[in-house]
Amino acid sequence: MEKKQILVLADHPEILETIIRLINKNEDWFGVGANSYEEAVIAFQGNEFDLVLLGVGMDDEIERRILEICKAADPGIVCVRHYGGGSGLLYSEIRHALGEN
Amino acid sequence: MSNSILHKASSRFYADHGWLKSAQTFSFHGNYDPERLQFGALRVLNDDTVNGGKGFGRHPHDNMEIISIPLEGVLEHQDSMGNTAVISPGEIQAMSAGTGIYHTEYNKDEDQPVTFLQIWLYPDALNVEPRYDQLDYSKGDRQNKLLQILSPHRDDEGVWINQKAWFHMGDLESGFGIDYRLKNEANGVYVFVISGEVIVNTQPLDTRDGYGVWDVPLVAIKAVTDASVLVMEVPMKW
Repeated sequence: MEKKQILVLADHPEILETIIRLINKNEDWFGVGANSYEEAVIAFQGNEFDLVLLGVGMDDEIERRILEICKAADPGIVCVRHYGGGSGLLYSEIRHALGEN
Repeated sequence: MSNSILHKASSRFYADHGWLKSAQTFSFHGNYDPERLQFGALRVLNDDTVNGGKGFGRHPHDNMEIISIPLEGVLEHQDSMGNTAVISPGEIQAMSAGTGIYHTEYNKDEDQPVTFLQIWLYPDALNVEPRYDQLDYSKGDRQNKLLQILSPHRDDEGVWINQKAWFHMGDLESGFGIDYRLKNEANGVYVFVISGEVIVNTQPLDTRDGYGVWDVPLVAIKAVTDASVLVMEVPMKW
């Protein structure tokens, strides 16, 4: 089974690093991090993502622009918000977004 | 349409990490059930027991309201704002993670376990300045009463958080009944039985059962045995 490609956007560098590390502990997922609009654009150039996790609290305008490039890359891409900044809710948010039971 | 949800204690998720045993009302960490994600803004209700001297190492949070209520033992909190605090039964700790915070939580006692409720609520304001607060409510009168221990208002009783939620604790004698009237009828109420047996409206509940009700102006709580309850009023939408 191909790994699900997950792009994570978060302002806080250490939280972003933590989330990517937690995602990559799951052998079915591969996480890529970006903490700016520019980094998100670059990430989309080399990857096809199944899911985009947007850390809550991002600047509204940056979030809107990121959602635009997500939908431009793939109108079917799933974009969800990540709360809490750690492992507690992360796996549920991803599994729920991917439609897992 | 149903306006209630029952979570029997035995239906909770369990995680056993050796040093930590966690009974989780809602999906948390590796445990997932799409039907058990939250009750309104109440997202996490973990009933954690940590072995002596052990605990949660340094880890980050952001944009979440995190409440800890010790039931047995002593819990030590340290965070990246420089707070170091110890809380015991009869105290409540609230942390607004806001823009980001690191913290540790350890059992202060080397020998005895600590059991505490770890509760997370989605915030109604994002990117707030992180803050920490704790309160000793042990001297408050909760015998056959519901004592407010948390609210959205900094000048109200209890600790305050960034969500329109109210928590009350009550120690009810066998046979005693009390009504909880909602502050906002658009909210829901989640009753968690810390000990004993109660009936909420018509629903019997045992120790560690949880019962959520919404679209009601009040809930009626009657103790079948001596009982201790945590009543959490939370927004169903925010």
